[in-house]
Amino acid sequence: MSADDRGQELLRRLLGPAGPEVTCDECFELLDEYVELELAGEDADRRLPGMREHMQGCPACHEDHESLRDFVQLERHS
Amino acid sequence: MLETSISPPTHVYARTLTGASDKTAAFVSDDERDWVLALRGPPGLRDVALAELHALLLRAARFELGRRSDQLADLSAGEVGDLAMQAADDALVAILGKLDSFRGASRFTTWAYKFALLEAGVKARRRAWHGREIALDGQSMPALVDSGRSAQERIEQSELLDALRHAIGSVLTPHQRTVFNALALNGVPIDVLAERLNTTRGALYKTLHDARRKLRAALAAAGHSIDVGGGT
Repeated sequence: MSADDRGQELLRRLLGPAGPEVTCDECFELLDEYVELELAGEDADRRLPGMREHMQGCPACHEDHESLRDFVQLERHS
Repeated sequence: MLETSISPPTHVYARTLTGASDKTAAFVSDDERDWVLALRGPPGLRDVALAELHALLLRAARFELGRRSDQLADLSAGEVGDLAMQAADDALVAILGKLDSFRGASRFTTWAYKFALLEAGVKARRRAWHGREIALDGQSMPALVDSGRSAQERIEQSELLDALRHAIGSVLTPHQRTVFNALALNGVPIDVLAERLNTTRGALYKTLHDARRKLRAALAAAGHSIDVGGGT
């Protein structure tokens, strides 16, 4: 990661996303639908706007998303 | 707490629900109505569905704790197992309380898994921070030192961080400053801070969001260009 990338990453972590985003509760409410759209190869960000922005600004919701996506994927391939 | 030693007569259950024969996999056939009907069904049927759902939730909780094994290195295997069981139990309670809110926008199991993963994740984060002091005051602005950067770039970044530090001290309320310092500057997990401050993740994130908006506005007013809205 370049210094400029690290600078952008730091600012993103400190200042969060610029665009509109859902709340933590809304993110949790929509997370299963978002993940299934992703796994189906559909444009989840267009269907459920504000989710990606929120997950960029909220590390906990970001982790919840990664966990659900990976676990569902694992279950379907086992 | 739930007894996980229930031996579910799945073949009876599957016949009852779907008309299938002795095909034991019939229950997890992704017919979302089956799950909801069974969980609201008569005691015998409901007990079977509860046991099956709990087993799925336990698997999800173990998966999540496995991902976080580095955070739980000081726990024994038995303690991690207990944590997974607690997460599955709590997730099941949450699911039953929110069954009416299942809209069928996803498979029932995907909807249910997120509760177990959330519970396990929260428990792991809290366990990892158990006993650790959280500094709620002061600022520890991260430094970005890179000898490869140009002098001009280092000056610009230094000025930006100075402006941000000033804005944190001048435009945020004391509560916003506390939350911003803990979450954004010091990387305290939001669930851990929520527990310490006796509030919720959602309430804390709203505070963080408002603080970030104020800081962006202050930096823009001071002539700094902020462009970090891109994707990951």
